Formats: sequence, structure tokens, C-alpha cells
Amino acid sequence: MRYFVTLAFDPGLWAEASADDRQSYHRAHLDFHEAVAQRAHLVAGEALAGAEAATTMRHVDGRLTLTEGPFAETAEVVGGFYLVDAADLDTMTSLCELLPAPYSIEIRPVVQVEGLETR
Amino acid sequence: MSDKDLEDVFRDEWGRLLALLVAQFRRLDLAEDGLADAFESASRTWGGAGVPASPAAWLLTVARRRVLDRLRAEAVAARKEPLLLVEAEVTRAASAVRADSGDLVADERLRLVFLCAHPALAPESAAALSLRLVLGVPTADVARLFLTSQATMAARLTRAKRRLAASGAPFSVPTGSERERRLETVAEVAYLAFTAGYAPATGSEVTREPVAAEAIRLARLLRELVPGEPALDALLALMLLQHSRRDARTDADGLPVLLPEQDRSRWRHEEIAEALALLTPWVGTVPTGLAGEYLLQALIAAEHGVAASPEDTRWDRVAGHYAELERLTGSPVVRLNRAVAVAESEGPEAGLAVLDGLDGALPLSHRVPAVRAELLRRTGDSDGARTAYGIAIARCTNEAERTLLTRHRNALDAVPGDPVESPGDRDP
Repeated sequence: MRYFVTLAFDPGLWAEASADDRQSYHRAHLDFHEAVAQRAHLVAGEALAGAEAATTMRHVDGRLTLTEGPFAETAEVVGGFYLVDAADLDTMTSLCELLPAPYSIEIRPVVQVEGLETR
Repeated sequence: MSDKDLEDVFRDEWGRLLALLVAQFRRLDLAEDGLADAFESASRTWGGAGVPASPAAWLLTVARRRVLDRLRAEAVAARKEPLLLVEAEVTRAASAVRADSGDLVADERLRLVFLCAHPALAPESAAALSLRLVLGVPTADVARLFLTSQATMAARLTRAKRRLAASGAPFSVPTGSERERRLETVAEVAYLAFTAGYAPATGSEVTREPVAAEAIRLARLLRELVPGEPALDALLALMLLQHSRRDARTDADGLPVLLPEQDRSRWRHEEIAEALALLTPWVGTVPTGLAGEYLLQALIAAEHGVAASPEDTRWDRVAGHYAELERLTGSPVVRLNRAVAVAESEGPEAGLAVLDGLDGALPLSHRVPAVRAELLRRTGDSDGARTAYGIAIARCTNEAERTLLTRHRNALDAVPGDPVESPGDRDP
């Protein structure tokens, strides 16, 4: 199955982290990459700029509007994602255990939309 | 074949056959429907045509045919692949797994157990799904256990099956350190199924034993599939000890009878003996985590089980087990129970001292003021006891228990020096 993994955390996590913490977060991602290379397949993965850089598009009353910021105001903000092909949910959760502990991680299967297959 | 015989076949074969069907087709929903159809068909035809030589093989064949029909129908509906291709795949799948290898079947059943108790499900859904799919408990009974309607339970089970399929939960036995963790989840799910039958939060019904007995069947199966696990031995012992008191737990009016007042001749002593035999190899060991918790709880229940009368209870040992359990869990509920045990072995003042500070940790519990009321009564402080009973009655949501608490409060004004009893001393 292909899984879309969203990584959400407090926006201040990185800025407020000590040098040691930053080092350990970095290490955690490297470990994750290494484990995925061995036990699954990494399709894509990126870190995202802060929510203040986000632009939200919506159709309001039939007109397209652009607004500043993310579409949901929450304490935690999506700060990155991975797209991984893995055998099953258990494989995916054991891989994601390697990621930094302060993250909230959402693991969601990708579905095929007929006519838009990319694989 | 009588309905009773068919029921026996059902109980013995359901989980095994379902596991085989899931292994083959990887579709929980179709496997369950197909097998249910097969049993339904058996109940119609076996009476007239006679029982087949191998009932299990007959059921498996019919169930497979049903599942294949559904798969064909789905393929036609989806019109994605040429029908012949599907047909070839279906035939290959049908011959892939044989039903007669004992080891293979045990393995499939274990996979089914791990799937139904997958942490991707809420514990209550996992418990309901385990009873339904691993044991074949009818949805109506599962609904009764969880105090909900059959329609609600059916919807919850469907949602759980869909969630397992959609999230990609595997049909496999976890390995390595993950195995330990997942075994704990399995044990917790089984215990949740059991306690659901004994601890209603509201309403007047005190127990729903027949369904609690099904949870014991689940625990037995787990031990059979994964032998030598202290957590599973202790879990089964704990369930048996609690279940052994079922006939003595309620009076003729359906009111709960507290442990000290229960007629011990009505306890099932053969079940207590079985539990003690399960615990013996682990006495003196110090398992941590869930195994330790279950073991200590079972040892406490065993102290009650072996005491010929309430006066014979070794409260010092019970208090010791509770102290260990409190160290292991830090649970305020355990501390509350320890207070009762300490009061019994060292006197009400010592028990009241253990209660100190618990109100903050359990602000909604009616049991903290109920225990305090009883201990105050024993020290001769009737006014304090009356106030505490009032708080307990106001917080209690179970009708039967509230009636009992009210009775105790009213008895304060009656004869002084009644036989003692401890409201905290319900079965753990």
C-alpha cells in the first residue's frame, strides 16, 4: 500500500529546540530514511515552510479567494510529509516510530482514482 | 442433528474456519458473511439429509463457494478485468490453503486474533470484533455485553472491519519486540470483553454472565495459541476467579452482594482450583508491565478465593499485593482498594490514612466516599459517615449500588455494632 504520512508539530518546536535536540531530530529523519530504504520504498518526502508562508485558496460565493495562512488554525501545524510504499500498516507504524517523538504523525493510505493513475 | 449439536459445531469450528477463509481471500467481510451463510445452510439441511461425515469440511466448502460467488459478482460489477482472469485467480486462491493442517490452522487463528485486536481499532471495537469473529458470538449477544442495540453494534462491527481493510492492517503474527507489545493489546482486549460483562456504569443489571463466559473462552484460546506467557496465564486465572463468584454476587432481588457477605458455598470451587493451578508456576516471579498487573490482581482474587470465610482472609497479604500493584501502576483505584485491605488488617484509622489525598485523584468516584463512610462508621464517627454516604449516593450512577448505599446510610441510625462490611470490597 502507498501511505501518505503527515508530520505535525508545534510551530515553535525547531526554533525552541536546543542544539542537542535539533541534532537528535535530524538523526531521527536519517534513521527513518535508512530504514525505509531497507524495508519499504520512499516515493517522496519534503519539509514545509512555516504556516505563515501558506496561502489558502477557496471558492467563496462563486469567486476564487486567496487568504493568508493555513485553512485550519490548530496548535500543531503540518511541517512535512513522506509518501511511502509499504507492505502494510504495521510496517509503516514501526518505521514512523523512528521519527522525532514530539511529532503527531498521521498515516493515511493513498487511494487510486480511476483515470488519474500515476504508478 | 439437533440445534444443540449444531451449536457445538459452531462453537468449535467458527474461529478456525473463519481464519482459513480470511487467510485465503483476505476479505474479513466476505469471509464472515460466507461462513454465516454456510452455518445457516447447515441448520436447514443437516436435519433432513443427515450430518456430513466431516461437518467442518462441508461448512468450509459451502462458505468458499459463497465467497467465490460474491467475488465474481463484485468483479462483474466493477467490470475492470476480463471475467476469465478473475475466474483463474479465484480458482488458484481456492486451492491455495488446505484445511487439514493443524499447525497451519493454529497459525491462521492467531493471525485472526492479532488482526481483531489491532491497535488501529478503539479497544472497545477490538473487543467486540474479537468476540464476533474469533469466537462467532452472535452480534445480538455482543450488543448486550456492551449495553447497546443490535443495530448499533452491527454498525460498529462493520466500521471496524472497514477500518482494518482501509488502513492496511496486516493479517499476520507480529515478530520481535512488537510481538510482546501486541500480545499485551490482545490480552487487554480479552479482559475488556470480560469486564464489560461485569461492570455496567448505569442501569439496574449487575452482570451479563453468559457473555462474560465467552470472554473466558477467548482467554483459553489465547493460552492455547500462545503457551507459556505469564500475562495470559494470569489473565485467565483472574477471569476464572472473578467468574467463580457469579452465583453469589447478586441476591434474589438482583442487588449486588458484597464479597464479605457472599455465600461462599455458591462459589464455583473447581474454577478457583483451576485458577490456582494456573498461578502456581508464577508465584514468586516478578513480571513487570501487564503480566505483573494481572498476576497481582489474580493473587489478590486468589486470597479471597481460598479463604473459607471473610474472617479467614489473609488481609495482610492482600494489602501487600495491593502495595506492589500500586508501585507498578501508580493507580488511585488500586490505592483505594489498598485502603480497604489495610483497614481490614490494621484497623479503620490506618485505612483512612491511606485514603488521604485520593479525592483529588478520583473526584467523580462514588467509591472513595463510600469506603470513607464505612471506615468512619467503624471508628464510631456516625456523623462523618452519614456525610460521606451522602456524597457517595449523589455520585453513584448504578441503580443497584445506590440502593445498597442508601440502605447502609439508613442503617447508621439503627443498632450500633452491626457486623462490619466494607463497601470498597467489591470484586476487583
